[in-house]
Amino acid sequence: MLVGTSGAPGGELPPEALPLEGGESGGAGGVWRLILGVFVQNRLAVLGLGLVVFMVLFSFVGPHLYVTNQIQTNLGQVTQRPSGAHPLGTDQLGYDVLGRLMVGGQSSLEVGLAAALLASVVGTAWGAISGYSGKWVDAVMMRIVDSFLAIPPLLLILMLASVVTPTVPVLILVIALISWLATARLVRGDSLSVRTRDYVQAAIAGGARNIRIVFRHVIPNVIGTIVVLTTFSVADSILLLAALSYLGLGPAPPAANWGSMLTNGLNYVYVGDWWLIYPAGICIVLTVVAFNFIGDALRDALEVRLQRR
Amino acid sequence: MIAYIIRRIAQSIIVVFGVTVIVFVIVHLLPGGPRALLGPRVSPAVVHAFIVANGYNHPLYIQYGDYVGHLVQGNLGYSYTYNEPVLTLLERNLPKSALLVGLAYAFALLIAIPVGMLQALRRNKPIDYVLTGGSFVGYSMPVFWLGLLLIEIFAVQLHLFPPEGPQGATVGAVLTQPTALVLPVATLAILTVALFSRYMRSAAIENLVQDYVRTARGKGASQLRIVFRHLLRNSLIPIITLLGLSLPVTISGAVVTESVFNYPGMGLLFWTSATTHDFPVMLGFTVVVAIATVLGSLIADVLYAVADPRVRYS
Repeated sequence: MLVGTSGAPGGELPPEALPLEGGESGGAGGVWRLILGVFVQNRLAVLGLGLVVFMVLFSFVGPHLYVTNQIQTNLGQVTQRPSGAHPLGTDQLGYDVLGRLMVGGQSSLEVGLAAALLASVVGTAWGAISGYSGKWVDAVMMRIVDSFLAIPPLLLILMLASVVTPTVPVLILVIALISWLATARLVRGDSLSVRTRDYVQAAIAGGARNIRIVFRHVIPNVIGTIVVLTTFSVADSILLLAALSYLGLGPAPPAANWGSMLTNGLNYVYVGDWWLIYPAGICIVLTVVAFNFIGDALRDALEVRLQRR
Repeated sequence: MIAYIIRRIAQSIIVVFGVTVIVFVIVHLLPGGPRALLGPRVSPAVVHAFIVANGYNHPLYIQYGDYVGHLVQGNLGYSYTYNEPVLTLLERNLPKSALLVGLAYAFALLIAIPVGMLQALRRNKPIDYVLTGGSFVGYSMPVFWLGLLLIEIFAVQLHLFPPEGPQGATVGAVLTQPTALVLPVATLAILTVALFSRYMRSAAIENLVQDYVRTARGKGASQLRIVFRHLLRNSLIPIITLLGLSLPVTISGAVVTESVFNYPGMGLLFWTSATTHDFPVMLGFTVVVAIATVLGSLIADVLYAVADPRVRYS
């Protein structure tokens, strides 16, 4: 687990960091207001958000403005240098690279976001139940998490990808299966401490059912952790999809994503086709950096005690 | 202390057991399963013979029992594509991967510790921002793309290093081509530096405000003495844990690095096994790596408890 000994110490917080509300009344609304505050006051977060908005527009609106054929190959014009007709050239199958970047961005972003959201839901439920239940339920559930964590993520994902047919929905499931672990662990830790608070004890004494306590008291208190982890998780999921696709186990052609566009990268490097190496890689880095910036700012602002990167 | 170690060992054994269950389930319960390697057009008779020969007709719990039974005897199965025992393949390729990962870790620590300390001491100054930005980019870079860039710059453009990793069959043979090792090791090390330096920075910042640093200052200790005598030592403690815990991430990086540089280690073998459905190789390597990871974090935890008595009582 890449969760350090203690989170951002007081001295490290930026001056604009806002204090987290007590959350005694399950103040999820306060958290969202804080999140808004982060984006107004933290420059890197604004930059990150701007990059994400740009990438979303580029990938989903772009293909309507810059129409290219990304289904049929065009072997009459392979690996052409950038020109007026093809601003970023064409690849080895004659696809326009700029158009392909847009289409590829769609699946990269879709898989990244969907896998991260799914992983957060599963991880939160798992962690909250584990931490709240305690005793042997907690022990069993956490050993399962530990077992998954002991397997390098790429090995697990390559094994899974070699067994299933890698379509976008399947890859979302596969990547989520790997990303829920960190959330589960942290939410469990937070739930353990929430459980001992007086208002939870009061709720128990008042006869509230366990399920109500988990949803009403435990989860609202860990929402900050969840939001931060989900953001980081989007970045990780995009990287995982890229690695998987680069290794040839991603969605099959003509489907495109930024990782699969680099599959033959070594060949292009040797012949000097720079426009087939840099654009796709830069798109991945910018998107992943953007989500990491946002996650980092949120972590500082929400004072989430996790030290991830 | 003893009770703590015993508890951690018991947990580790359970986790290793859990790993064997996970890999077993992946291979046997998903559609396709081990039969996938026979291909789509195989005749039913051949499928039947394959199932019987490998014991896939037995109930799952018996198959799992056989699997674990073989495992504890050191029998990791037999590779379909290489026609060799998995153990032989591991013995041949694992040391080369260990060399790659070990060198990358060594360089990463040599760079990340001073960088993180420097950032902590110059917190929120330009140098800190530049290095933080650098580690963000390093962390956000796909490993394979980083490898491609290094090849493009240092092999294709500058002709400084060969574009391909060493091709020797043994560690000794690999070491005879030190220049070919530079780029693969650098790829993996850059990734690891980005991760470690962030931790080192946070740990050092946290320690800078501690009472013992103030006491040392009050006693008139020089900045140099404070940094090396107090700050460095205390900030290294979290790095001990990180070394153990980052192994899965680094192994993942090694798989990609080896495939980019065609470095004949375990990662490259794993990747070819994944593309050819050679499950025994994948399972064998996964279990071995998982055991190494569990052992690594066990050792790290015990060392941590030795180094920092507060851990034992929490």
